[in-house]
Parts: sequence; structure tokens; C-alpha cells
Amino acid sequence: MSLFLAKRLFTFVLTLVGASLLIFLALEVLPGDPALVILGVDAPESAVAALRLELGLEKPLPQQYWDWVGGLMVGRFGTSYSYSVSVLDLISARLAVTIPLAVFAMILSVAFAFALGILAAVQHNKGTDVAVMGISQLGISIPNFWLALILIMLFAVDLHWFSAGGFPGWAGFWPGFKALVLPAIALATVQGAILARFTRSAILDTIREDYVRTARAKGLTRTQALLRHVLRNAMIPLITIMGLQFANLLAGTIIVENVFSLPGIGRLLLQAITQRDLVIVRDLALLLAAMVIVVNFLVDVLYSVIDPRLTARDI
Amino acid sequence: MSTVRRSKIRSAFSHRSFLVGAVLVVAMFGIAGISLYWTPFDPTKLNIPERLAGPSSLHWLGTDQFGRDILSILMVGTQNSILVGVVAVAIGILFGVSLGLTAAAVKGWTEELIMRASDLLFAFPAILLAILLIAATGPGAINATIAIGIFSIPVFARLTRGAAKVIWVREFILAARAAGKGRFRITVGHILPNILSVIVVQATVQFALAILAEAALSYLGIGSQPPTPSWGRMLSDAQSYILLNPWLAVYPGAAIALAVLSLNLLGDGLRDIIDPRFVRER
Repeated sequence: MSLFLAKRLFTFVLTLVGASLLIFLALEVLPGDPALVILGVDAPESAVAALRLELGLEKPLPQQYWDWVGGLMVGRFGTSYSYSVSVLDLISARLAVTIPLAVFAMILSVAFAFALGILAAVQHNKGTDVAVMGISQLGISIPNFWLALILIMLFAVDLHWFSAGGFPGWAGFWPGFKALVLPAIALATVQGAILARFTRSAILDTIREDYVRTARAKGLTRTQALLRHVLRNAMIPLITIMGLQFANLLAGTIIVENVFSLPGIGRLLLQAITQRDLVIVRDLALLLAAMVIVVNFLVDVLYSVIDPRLTARDI
Repeated sequence: MSTVRRSKIRSAFSHRSFLVGAVLVVAMFGIAGISLYWTPFDPTKLNIPERLAGPSSLHWLGTDQFGRDILSILMVGTQNSILVGVVAVAIGILFGVSLGLTAAAVKGWTEELIMRASDLLFAFPAILLAILLIAATGPGAINATIAIGIFSIPVFARLTRGAAKVIWVREFILAARAAGKGRFRITVGHILPNILSVIVVQATVQFALAILAEAALSYLGIGSQPPTPSWGRMLSDAQSYILLNPWLAVYPGAAIALAVLSLNLLGDGLRDIIDPRFVRER
């Protein structure tokens, strides 16, 4: 187990380093001068030269990379060019919106997917199964930003149940929670539709196993066998999918936060791009990638806890 | 025509989701083709007196905030979505399939390097990678298409390597090697034709994802730029007029969903036809 964890930890660190290198190279080495990107092509040469100096662009590339990554490791984030404050300050305020939104959406997605997936598997090849598969096919095809607009039209404009956008903060739990309901539904629908299909497949695969037949022969009802044996085993592949989905949910927040004007990380990233604030873009991109890598690492670890055979095979 | 091929064509025509998907995809390409030569109105012509008009016999889907005919913009927007999809998938196939074939044929460190690089790209959610590349290179349809293409490279590389490795251990490959054929000739002459169907199925899925990604990037204002008609930007523009004319937001979203749905149905159908075990088991 410890060797398995050590190997996974090594891959985790390696992926983090690779992701940081990729982001650094994408923003520093691709054609174009970052100082020019920030100031615009019409900027006076002296201003560009001053910014190059300020951003440390005159230093050799390995030195620039180390300055950036070394700074992040000790919690020293860059200073935003457009906001003139530390990126850390900008991020920490916005994480209070993005993380609850992603977690809320994940809970909705899993609840929706498990309910539909189990229903479809139990009613395999019947009308309910066909209907659920049809709904999930539709769910997969709908862009989340369109669904978000439809939800705004229905529940904010027509019914006045929720606000069309904005975030009142967490001073009171209910107003903050209410502001995240529609964005979370918009985010969860697509991921839930995908997960419902995987849930159905995983249950169908497990339901035919000999040990399930044995459990039924021992006198367990269909529901008991489903809850005690099928679901537990079907969870193994589903956890991997859920890990990947959390990454997609985080990425989805970039779009959905913009539809609902939520002051989260995704909106900050897009604002930074339009304001050409590459310092924020670089730190935020790494933060988002790191969150994805951490979740995938945790899924790997969880996977080994649920299925000890994996650890044994791996070693 | 071989019996196997004839039976596959027969099963294709009796496969409901394949048929629906294929008809819709053909219709989508047809609309894009027609819009190259004809649209009900000039999609760029402003007509302020008729702005935000509802559906009528003249403007079937109404007009937008500048009085432009929505049906005409939607039709021309199909060209944009197809173009982005085709180019992005072509980038993915060209680089991804080549890398996957190389990894399977050469093995050793080359394979390890290609696969770890793919894993690294997978660590980035696709839309984040696209946004990052656009942040570095600037907004625009070309940069968005390249970014979307890049994130499909690891998908094709992984898929191709996996499928190719299965073929590499088959007996007819051993026979080809015994006959003196080199790795390159075997890859081009035997491996690629045998995994082509898997690549085609994945291409339909990636095509759908590319349309979604382009629409998302254009919605965010960093994809296709005006005056190029784009479904994603139509949605973004519609958001400002949601109280005055909610239908403005319905049409482009429905077009995106229909395009993605048709490609997904086509892909599902193709997968079932190519690998009938999938249908029986699922």
C-alpha cells in the first residue's frame, strides 16, 4: 500500500511540475511579448521596456520559471497588473464562490445520475430505460451556458423564484445558497447525464455477476441485493468518472459564472484575459490545474482503498 | 461487396439512432452548403426599424437587436461550427493518430514519453487549456480552432495507441514482419486500416465536443469574432435582450444542441454497428 501511494505521489508531483511548465511555456514562449500583450501593440516602447523589467522578462527563462514556481511554493503569488493587489487576495475571496458552486453541482449531479442510472438499469430494455437514456442523451447535448439562460428565463424572469445573477455573499447562508441554485443545476445537468449513463452501464455489468445471483439465492430481495452488493461494486469504476467530472465541473464554472455574473475564479480568469493580465491568468490556470490534479490523486487513493486488488496488482 | 460489409450496411439502415443522427448530420452539412450560396436575407445587413421583431412570414424566426434575419445568421453560423469542427478534428487526428501509431510501433521510451505527455494534457480540463492558449495568442476563430484541436490530440493518441497495440500482436502482423516488412510499412499498410473505424467513431464524438467548445469560447467572447456569425456569440448577444425577446436565446442554443445531439447519435450508432457486442451487452 505504501509503495502504491509513493508511486502515485511521485506521479502527482511530476504532473504538477509538468502542468506548471506547460502553463509557463504557453504564456512565456509562444510568439508574442507578454509585456506587449498586457499593454497592447500601440504602447510606447519605454512603457513596454519598464513592464518587461517589472515582470522579470529580461531574466533567463529557467530563472523566470523558478521565480514563479518558487514564489508560489512559499505562498508568494504575483501582483495583478490591473488590480495592483496580490493574486492570492483576489483568489481567496473568489474561492468562496467557486468551491461551494462546484461541490453543490457535484452533489446534484451524483444524485441525479444515481437516481436515473439505477432506474434505467433496473428497468433494462423497458420503456423507462429508453426514456432515461433519451433524457441523458439530450442532457449531454445541451450546452451548459444555454441551459443557464433557459433557467434564468424560466425561474428568474417568468417565475421570480431566483435572481437572474449576482452573488450576495455568505453573510447569510440562505441568500448565498439561493444564488448558487440555478448555476449549480446548469453545471450539474450535463455531468449528471454523462454519469447516469456510466451508472447504468456499471450496474448492468455488476448485476450479472455470480455473487449477485448467489445473494439472491440466499434469499435477499432484489432491492437488498442491489443495495448491499451491486451498488458497492458498481461504485469502483464510477469513482474514477466522478473524479474526472469534478475537473469538468471546475472548468464549467468558468462559463457558468460568467452567465450568472458570479464573482468566482472562472469570472476572474476571463476578466484577466480580457484585461490582458497574464499574471492572474498564469496563477489561476495553475490553481485550476492543480485542483484537478489533486482531485485525480485523491480518486486514485480512494480507488485503492475501495478495491485493494488494484494496490496488490500495482505493486 | 463482401458479405460482412453488406450486413454492416444493412444493420446501419436498421439502426434507429444511426439513421436519425446521419439524417440530421447530412441536413446540417446541407444547410451549411446552401448558406454558402443562398440565405433568406443578407445575414450582415442591418435593419434597425425591424429590430427584435417576432417570427413572421417574412422573417421566420424573427430579427435580432440589429434587425438582422435570425434564420439567415443561424444558417451561416452552421458553416462556422462545421469549419471549426472539421479543422479541430483534423488537427487531433493528424497529430494524435500519428503519435499513437508511433507509440504503439516504436514502444520503449518513445511510447512512455508520448503517453506521459498525453496524460499531462489530460490533467487540464479541455476548456481551460483552450482559454489558456487563447490568452497567450489572442482571441479569434483561428486560435480557438487550434486550441480545440490541441485538446483532442491526446484523446486520439491514447485511443490509437490502445487499438494499435491490439493489432500489433495479431498473427497477420507477425506474418508481415516475417515477410520483411518494416514497422512503418506495417503501420501504414496493416495497422491503420484495421483501426480506422475506431478513429472514425471517436472523430464524431470529438466533432460534437469541438462544436460545443467553439460555441462556449464564442459565448465568452474569445472565440469567433464579429462579423463572422457564430451560434455561441448569438447566445451571448441574446442575453442582453432576454427580457425583450427571449426567443433570441432559444434558437442558437437549440441549433448547438441539435448539432451535438445528431453527431452523438451518429457516433453511438456507428459504434454499435462496428462493434455489435456493445449493443448486446448494454
